[in-house]
Amino acid sequence: MRAADALMEALKAEGVEHVFGIPGGANLPTYDAIYDADLTHVQARHEQGAGHMAEGYAKASGRVGVAMATSGPGATNLVTAVADAIMDSVPTVFVTGQVRTDLIGTDGFQEADVSGITLPIVKHSLMVKDPRQIPEYIHQAFHIASTGRPGPVLVDVPQDLSRADISYEPSTEPVELPGYKPSTEGNIKQIRIAAKALANSSRPVIYAGGGVINANASEELRELCLSDSFPVTCTLMGLGGFPGTHEQWLGMLGMHGTRTANYAMDEADLIVCVGARFDDRITGKLSEFAPRAKFVHIDIDPAEISKNVPAHIPIVGDAKQVLPKLTKEYRAIKADPSRLEPWWDRIRAWQRDYPLDHERSETGEIKPQAMVEAMYKVTDGDAIITSDVGQHQMWAAQYYNFDKPRRWINSGGLGTMGFGLPSAIGAQVACPDETVVCLAGDGSLVMTCQELATAVHHEIPVKVFLMNNGYFGMVRQWQELFWEKRYSSVEMGPSPDWEKLAEAFGAKGMRVDDAAEVEGAMRDALATEGPVLLDVRVAPHENCYPMIPAGSAARDMVGGPAPEADSSASRPGSA
Amino acid sequence: MEAGTPDLIKLEDLEAASGRLTGRKHVLSITTENKPGVLARIAGLFSRRGFNIDTLAVGPTEDPEIARFTLTVDGAVHPIDQVTKQLHKLVNVIKIRDMSPGETIAREMALFKVSAPIESRAEIMQFAEIFRGKIVDVSRRTLTIEVTGSADKIEAFERMIRPHGLIEMVRTGEVAIQRAKPEA
Repeated sequence: MRAADALMEALKAEGVEHVFGIPGGANLPTYDAIYDADLTHVQARHEQGAGHMAEGYAKASGRVGVAMATSGPGATNLVTAVADAIMDSVPTVFVTGQVRTDLIGTDGFQEADVSGITLPIVKHSLMVKDPRQIPEYIHQAFHIASTGRPGPVLVDVPQDLSRADISYEPSTEPVELPGYKPSTEGNIKQIRIAAKALANSSRPVIYAGGGVINANASEELRELCLSDSFPVTCTLMGLGGFPGTHEQWLGMLGMHGTRTANYAMDEADLIVCVGARFDDRITGKLSEFAPRAKFVHIDIDPAEISKNVPAHIPIVGDAKQVLPKLTKEYRAIKADPSRLEPWWDRIRAWQRDYPLDHERSETGEIKPQAMVEAMYKVTDGDAIITSDVGQHQMWAAQYYNFDKPRRWINSGGLGTMGFGLPSAIGAQVACPDETVVCLAGDGSLVMTCQELATAVHHEIPVKVFLMNNGYFGMVRQWQELFWEKRYSSVEMGPSPDWEKLAEAFGAKGMRVDDAAEVEGAMRDALATEGPVLLDVRVAPHENCYPMIPAGSAARDMVGGPAPEADSSASRPGSA
Repeated sequence: MEAGTPDLIKLEDLEAASGRLTGRKHVLSITTENKPGVLARIAGLFSRRGFNIDTLAVGPTEDPEIARFTLTVDGAVHPIDQVTKQLHKLVNVIKIRDMSPGETIAREMALFKVSAPIESRAEIMQFAEIFRGKIVDVSRRTLTIEVTGSADKIEAFERMIRPHGLIEMVRTGEVAIQRAKPEA
């Protein structure tokens, strides 16, 4: 069998139904094999788009996303997506073409050392040196990408080797690698200690992250939180891991989280971190982060434990396996639930004093927060929402109360502008029966808008709701607040006519600029078949609040509704 | 903290397992798959995470499929547990041993090219003998001496020889092996 065809057989043996990519010289054999292969290829318009599509596919479905690119510029165009996937632990396999083996190292046409370039941003990479390795490496790549802490694996395939004739039987044997054995179960002794610590805590907070989503453990997280009245907060990546409409929900935490969630972290005596990593957007000033708390840290990646914040009770394991054990141990202790009442009194006071809210428009101007609220309303809070990076992303995180996992797809760790549209295409391919909405920013969308062509070409009916404020809004906000309003290169100036741009690509273009018409326009967009771009002209100078100014402590959040004298007794640290 | 007792753990009694600095030199013995690119992965990991490698020695082992990296890192500057955990994440890394000083034999080899005119030649050769060094090359003005031993010994020899005019020095970096357990 031709090695390129064996590559397809290996992909199919791994259950792959869809791949995203672009052909070129060095991967001609691969694309020749795709021609006959029984899988759907989505032809992206830029390799970065293909990479984000694979990520969106993976995040929406929990399955491994696959993207392909040719050598040289094709491969380097993938790099942003690879970096994005490592930062957000997205199970992905990237297959790049490479120049012929006799050209490697000679600066051949379209040669780039892609495995060298991506070395710091892959979970692992495999360079094919022998054609028989092609299918073998595909199996290894899927194993590594999807187990333990998921991440991107790159397989670099020289053009001549994929034309070789090899023998290959699709393998179903589990892959064994001597240096790769993720531990998943969690040490039961540590779990018991954690249960006791929880029972002994009077001000606990459960802090969950993207690991809960990756582990498909949101049901298990709910069980733990409901085994008593534990307050719950999630990171940007964890949203949907716990229902956003539940009474034990504190809102998102971190830089643009709710005051309640951040204040609760500040005053907690025990923080149970599940699948999160104490990122600087969560902790603010590290030395003043949660000063009263002890930490239980549950993570599948041992290197995350005590990386930023020293863990008192480390538990290495898969959240799906660890959480039920922790819940069981905790229930067995029969702790007195009334001990948490004073804590809830304090939390309720914060929720009353510092609700997540914004000023209402009185002029017909569309408030960006109200745009997200309208999205929530017209989709019944049940769409798959992807986003770009910036203010709109934070407003979506704040105001779209995600109730279910895998409904919120965004670029958290790397913060990749332009992620929204291609990841929406990937998510829609993975979930053809769901409503997929990309909440885009105008600064971001222009970076990957060529993928509208992909959506039209493959009849992928994503709905792009563009929050158009004419700025790189988050940068403008920082220049306003911290750089003396010296607005440097943040105005978008003559932006494209988005309606016409959408139409030029063959999609449906729409525009709305009156607050009263937003919901109706969104409903029209959702009712329209095929891809739609709805340009929503929002208030240009709105800032995203509340926020922890970078480098400040969580208790020093600024902005958002607050009681008259914000030095009131309910501020943390004052009790 | 015994797992079997029903007593609740007082939160105040919990101690954090932090990435503390140990304040001493650590010799890490790392076995890896003997594959191309492993050195680049390890070196890349160190630079990316901001760790410094003090010395590094790489070579094959008794098993041709497996290579061994012996690496020294300053535990006064870098949290060793973070270093080892990050190394463990490399798929090609099979095992890491943080060699404890008491149970480890560590050796390094160094070559010294020393200025050795007739009048000081005898003295230099005497130093070499004391340090059980070997003269491996000689010219009219120089001696080249090979010294093997712990890093301390090599540094001591360097201090002795330097006043005579050290022209060039090259060190391999330490390699280490665990001491055999005494027979029971």
